[in-house]
Amino acid sequence: MYRILEKRQLSSVVYEMVVEAPRLARHAKPGQFLIVRKDETAERIPLTICDYDAEKGTVTIVFQPVGVSTWKYLELEEGDSFMDVVGPLGKPSDILEMSDEELKSHSFLFVAGGVGTAPVYPQVKWLRKKGIAADVIIGARTKDLIFYEDKMREVAGNVYITTDDGSYMHKGVVTTVIDELIAEGKTYDHCVAIGPMIMMKFCCLTTEKYHIPTVVSMNPIMVDGTGMCGACRLTVGGEVRFACVDGPEFDGFKINWAECLKRSQMYKTIEGQAKLRYEEGKTHEGGCGNC
Amino acid sequence: MGDVLKKVPVKEQDPKVRATNFDEVCLGYSEAEALEEAARCLNCKNAKCISGCPVNIRINDFIACVKEGDFGKAYQIISEDSSLPAVCGRVCPQEKQCEGKCIRGIKGEAISIGKLERFVADWAREKGIKPASPDQKNGHKVAVVGSGPAGLTCAGDLARKGYDVTIFEALHKAGGVLTYGIPEFRLPKDEVVAKEVKNVEGLGVKIETDVIVGRTESVDELFEEGFEAVFIGSGAGLPMFMGIPGENANGVFSANEYLTRSNLMKAFRSDYDTPIFPAKKVVVVGGGNVAMDAARTALRMGAEVHLVYRRSEAELPARAEEVHHAKEEGILFDLLTNPTEILTDENDNVTGIRCIRMELGEPDASGRRRPVPIEGSEFEMECDAVIMSLGTSPNPLISSTTEGLDVNRKKCIVASEEDGKTSREGVFAGGDAVTGAATVILAMGAGKAAARGIDEYLRNK
Repeated sequence: MYRILEKRQLSSVVYEMVVEAPRLARHAKPGQFLIVRKDETAERIPLTICDYDAEKGTVTIVFQPVGVSTWKYLELEEGDSFMDVVGPLGKPSDILEMSDEELKSHSFLFVAGGVGTAPVYPQVKWLRKKGIAADVIIGARTKDLIFYEDKMREVAGNVYITTDDGSYMHKGVVTTVIDELIAEGKTYDHCVAIGPMIMMKFCCLTTEKYHIPTVVSMNPIMVDGTGMCGACRLTVGGEVRFACVDGPEFDGFKINWAECLKRSQMYKTIEGQAKLRYEEGKTHEGGCGNC
Repeated sequence: MGDVLKKVPVKEQDPKVRATNFDEVCLGYSEAEALEEAARCLNCKNAKCISGCPVNIRINDFIACVKEGDFGKAYQIISEDSSLPAVCGRVCPQEKQCEGKCIRGIKGEAISIGKLERFVADWAREKGIKPASPDQKNGHKVAVVGSGPAGLTCAGDLARKGYDVTIFEALHKAGGVLTYGIPEFRLPKDEVVAKEVKNVEGLGVKIETDVIVGRTESVDELFEEGFEAVFIGSGAGLPMFMGIPGENANGVFSANEYLTRSNLMKAFRSDYDTPIFPAKKVVVVGGGNVAMDAARTALRMGAEVHLVYRRSEAELPARAEEVHHAKEEGILFDLLTNPTEILTDENDNVTGIRCIRMELGEPDASGRRRPVPIEGSEFEMECDAVIMSLGTSPNPLISSTTEGLDVNRKKCIVASEEDGKTSREGVFAGGDAVTGAATVILAMGAGKAAARGIDEYLRNK
C-alpha cells in the first residue's frame, strides 16, 4: 500500500498528491512516469512523476480527473492509500544525458499546456540545480486552470503565461507566444513541450518553422507500462516504438500525430459510458439519446 | 472397466455453454476415474515418461501411489520436483513431453499423465495438504526477478534447499504469464494460480510486487542489499507485429494486450474498471497457445472469431487440446492464409483484413514446410478487431541496465542451459528472457536448472 501524505487542489480541475513510495522516490528522474492502481478493481493508470524526494521517500503526482479511474482518486484523502504505485518507468529525460558543458551551451524553452505544467516542473528544477535558467511558457484555456506559477518562477528564467480567453496575462495559445518571443529576437535551440497531444502537435509545427529541435512527452493508452502489452505503440520516424520503454519522450518532429490522436480516442465511448455509470449509478443504462 | 488402450475420458463443460462463460473448461478426474486411469499405467522399470518431463517428475512413482489410492504420497513425490503441479497438469503440452514417450502410447493412447497430475494437485489443495517445507535455513540470500513459472520454480527449489529467497515482481500480482497471460477458463486464477503461489510462499519465499528490476532497483543494488546471487526470469517482452499497413489502427491489439486486459485486469467482469474492446467479429493472427487463448477469450466476449494462420493444421504450434477445444467452441480456422493489410475507415477504425492464400513449399530452417503465397489469391474479410499473436521480443529493461550481462542477436539474455549461468558472476537467468517465447514447463525446467546452478555457485563461493 502507498500512503497519500498530502492532497491539494491546484486549479479548478487539477489535483496534486504526495505519495509515500520510498524505492520509487530513490530512483525517479525527471521525464519518467509511474503507474497507479487505486484498488483491486481499478485500472492501471500512467501518470508523470512531477516531483520526488529521495530522503522523505515520496513522489508527487498531479492529475486532472478525466475517466472514472482518475475521478475515483478524489475519493481518497490524506492518510488513505493507493493499492499500487509502481515505477519509475520510461527513460529519463534526454537533458539528463547531456554533459554540464553541453547543457550550458544550450538555450532551453519549455512549453507546458494545462496539466502538462506539472511534468515540466521537475525538468526545469533539475536544470536550475545545474545553474541553468530555462524559459517556460505555460498555457491554459482560462485563468482558473493555471497552476504552479510561483513554483515555476522560482526555478525558471522567464515565465510566460498565456490563456486562450485572455483572462490572465497573454491572450492566445502557446504557439502565439513562441512566435512573439522569436519575433522579439529570442533564440532557443532545445524545446521541450508537454501537454495535451493537440497542443504538442501544434507546438512542434511552430518550433519546426524556427528549426528548434523539440522533444515531447507522450502519454498514450497503456496497460502494464513495463514493456509487455504494446498498447502504447506509436510511429516515430516511420518506425513502431513503445512509449513505455522507448519513451515517453520522443523527437516531436518525427511523430505521426494523426495516428496518435486517433489512437487516443479508442476507448472514448466505453469510458464515457463508464463515467455515466459512476456518476449516476446503475440507473443509467443508455437509451437517453445522449450517450 | 473401459478399453485399456484408451484414456479414461475427462469431463468437460459443454462447448455451447462454456463458449459464453469464463469458468474452467476441463473439469478434471474424479477419484474413481483417476484410479481407473492410473491402473492403465504399466509402471515401466525404465520409465521413459520421466525423461520427457523438463523437470523430471518421478511419474511412474506418483502414478503407482495413485493406483494404491495414496494421493497424499503421490503429491509429495510430485512436489519434490515441481512447485506448480496444478498448473502443469493444466497447461503442459503433455502430448509432446511425458505422454509422448509413454509405452502405452505405442499401441493405444498414452496414460493421461497430465490429468493425473492435476487430479493429485487438486486433491491435495482441497484437503489443505501443503508441500513439505525445508528443515532449516542456510542464511544465504538469493533474489529472483519475476514471479512467473521460471522464477517460482527457481525460488521454490532454492527455498527447499534452505536459501532465503525474495522474488521481485513488476506487476501488482504474482504469477507472471500464469496470471496475465493464460485465461481463467484454462487456468483459474484464485483457485489454482494464487494457491500454488501461496504454496511457494509457504516454503519461506518472500514475494514483493510492484518492483521493476532495472527501474525500481537495479541488479547491482540487489547485490549491494546483500543478495548473493540473482536469478532473472523476467519473461518475454514486447509483442511482435507483422509490419503490414494498418497495424496501428484502432481495433488492432497484440495478444499480450488483449489477454492482459482480460486476465490480469479482469476486464471481462463488469465490476472491474479496465475496458476491453467490444468487438463483433475478430480475426486472430497466429497459431500458438497464445493465439488460441486470445481467440477463445474474444469468443467468450461475444464475438465471432476467425483464426488466421499461414501454415496448415499439422504445423499449428498450439497444444492439441487447445486446438480441439477451440474448434468445439466454434472458432473458425482459416489455415494457409496470411494477412497482407488491415483495412480501416476514415477514423482509423478497423473494418476488415486483406489476406492471401498460402501453400506449403519446401521445408525451411525449422524443418517445417515453408508457406508460400498463391499469386492472385488475395481476398478481404470484414472484421472490427484484429489480434496479433506472433510472439514477443525480450524486454530491454534488465539487459540495458545491467553491466556485463551478455545478450544475443535477438536480445535474449545468454545463459547456460545446464545451470543458468550468465556472463556476469552471480547472475543466473532462465525462461522466456533467455529463450524467447516458449512454454510454462520449459521455463520451469530452466528455473530448476538455475536453482541447481545457484546452489553450486554459493556452496563453492
